[in-house]
Amino acid sequence: MDWNWFHRMGSPRWFYLVTSRWMPWLSAATLILLVTGLVWGMGFAPEDARQGNSFRIIYLHVPAAFLALAGYFLMAAAGAVGLIWKMKLSYMVMKCAAPIGAALTFVALFTGAVWGKPTWGSYWVWDARVTSMLILFFLYVGVMALRNAFHSQEAGNKASAVLALVGTVNIPIIYKSVDWWFTLHQPSTIKLTSAPTMHPDMFQPLLVMILGFYCFYALALLLSVRVEILKRERKTAWVREIVGEHLTLKDSGLR
Amino acid sequence: MGSQCLLRAEDLCFERDDLCVIDHFNFELNPGDILQVEGSNGSGKTTLLRLLSTALHPSSGRILYDEKELSDCRYEYCSNILFIGHQIALKDSLTPAENLDWLSAIKLSNDSILKALDLVGLRDYVNIPNIRLSAGQQRRVTLARLLLSNAKIWFLDEPFTAIDAQGVRLVKHLIEDHSKKGGAVVLSTHQSLDMVNIRRLCLSNEESGANLW
Amino acid sequence: MVTKTRSIFFTYLRRDLLISYRRRGETIGPAIFFVMATTLVPLALSPEAESLRGIAAGIIWVMALFATLLSVENVFASDFKDGSLEQLLIGPNLLVMPVLGKVMAHWLTTGVPLAIISPILGLMLSLPSEAFIPLVASLALGTASLSLIGALGAALTVSLQKGGLLLTLIVMPLYIPIIIFGSATAQYGIDGFTWTGPLAILGVLFAVVMVLCPLAIAGILRLTTIT
Repeated sequence: MDWNWFHRMGSPRWFYLVTSRWMPWLSAATLILLVTGLVWGMGFAPEDARQGNSFRIIYLHVPAAFLALAGYFLMAAAGAVGLIWKMKLSYMVMKCAAPIGAALTFVALFTGAVWGKPTWGSYWVWDARVTSMLILFFLYVGVMALRNAFHSQEAGNKASAVLALVGTVNIPIIYKSVDWWFTLHQPSTIKLTSAPTMHPDMFQPLLVMILGFYCFYALALLLSVRVEILKRERKTAWVREIVGEHLTLKDSGLR
Repeated sequence: MGSQCLLRAEDLCFERDDLCVIDHFNFELNPGDILQVEGSNGSGKTTLLRLLSTALHPSSGRILYDEKELSDCRYEYCSNILFIGHQIALKDSLTPAENLDWLSAIKLSNDSILKALDLVGLRDYVNIPNIRLSAGQQRRVTLARLLLSNAKIWFLDEPFTAIDAQGVRLVKHLIEDHSKKGGAVVLSTHQSLDMVNIRRLCLSNEESGANLW
Repeated sequence: MVTKTRSIFFTYLRRDLLISYRRRGETIGPAIFFVMATTLVPLALSPEAESLRGIAAGIIWVMALFATLLSVENVFASDFKDGSLEQLLIGPNLLVMPVLGKVMAHWLTTGVPLAIISPILGLMLSLPSEAFIPLVASLALGTASLSLIGALGAALTVSLQKGGLLLTLIVMPLYIPIIIFGSATAQYGIDGFTWTGPLAILGVLFAVVMVLCPLAIAGILRLTTIT
């Protein structure tokens, strides 16, 4: 089997040049999907029978929560690839995925709070999903803090990759435990975060938003990784070539 | 007495944080060899010793023990080496006897431990916790490991630090003795050693690679 | 050549127990913290038995968790500082056995005393006597998992200067399943349900952790300690 393409992918330069071609398409797709989804969901989708208009926040909350969890697995996978194949690009992806994922988790928690106030009367409710989201946020923070604490970049990458993997194994256990804990203390039939069977008219914009968030995540990640590549490889010729024209302008401003 | 090479390094490279510390290093170690690694501070002496004793993994290149790849005979190799580095690896609240006991790769009898401590001049300190010993005395405890080990290859990183003239004589004697018995010693030191059978290896910062002279 | 694969576990278990014994003052630190911190609760809350009874099991478990966290850094810290860890990595033996020996020594000197003292604290917090046995059982089993997971965090942060706080940050989310089922065991005992249920789940978690953690710790020590 020809693994050349895989190892070529590990070359930062190759990655940078290939993704340059994708960026305009990805940006366009993100913009279109997000705008369409938001306008559709916020403006045109029918009002919910019980919650009125406040349910519309789910068009932000659900995709953010989705991507937050998926982003953690992506970060851990990047870490695993880095550990196994010692690919520096992989570690760069892991490094960039962490703050994006953490930010999305925070968005999910915040929008969850905004949703909670009109719906259940309180900004914070200790239900299974919200609690699990909070723990996910802590897991992200842990990975970022651990990587930054090391002086040696290599050791920091390895340690945080291992922690991300440990977290991945733990996430199903944590989610299940928190679920059990919640049902233990709230045996009532009203499930606060039950996903009601959604009317298709409400579900379709949600789908659009989820796709839009996926594109947004990919866009943010690629932008971040590209900057990281430029930073790390700033001493090589090809990077100088790319930023060359900007450098001369900047130099003249410096002196 | 076999003329087979004991340890061989081929094209050994070690990178740390994108900096090349060891670059395409080659050398051979035969039974009876005493190899002195020289070089200015930062030239990679400790790194080299750590690479050879498997504390660090090389970025590329290979190490062969008895003409076998290290990855195939790791257990055998590690059972036959002894590494004494900058850190003394002694637990402060344990006595020298207790420390030597857990440090040893093989089960030691009480007699042999006491004899070894006697030879390094610590007979009166057998039951004193390590924290109460001076730096020089702690160093001598680590030297007692040389007497108690049956390892073929010794890696000694600056073995003459913090010991007095008598201790230096003892170490030199131990090294020569070990070499006569067919073992090998790789040591890094600034001291000039006038021993028979010694080879010098100089690691320099300026050029890549090592000079063997 | 004498192979010591089995006894290297005991070599390190004995060694660490001996060190803990020689430094007795330090070793009983977690137990003292356990008692003192639990005493803060009625002072901060209310001395009434009714209000204490409801939260006693949870409070004792949280304090036991903190006590374990405070002491788990020592599992690898002093070995890293004086070079014993380096010697361990150079040795021919698999790291899994010495790691298990050290973690077991930690559990024997931290978790087991906590479990034994807990009924006294239960008494102080008006815990009903039916809950004593489930509390002790859950702590004995749970702290074993806490020691293992904590040692994982300790291995990750061993080469850092101020690793202690970071250790608590990264390990706490991983502790959550243990504390959920641990305190539930005691709570079931109070409410009269079969507390062997959550205890069994605690046992399953321990089995998983017992198998995976030593391997992970050995890998981490090899990867990240020597720089």
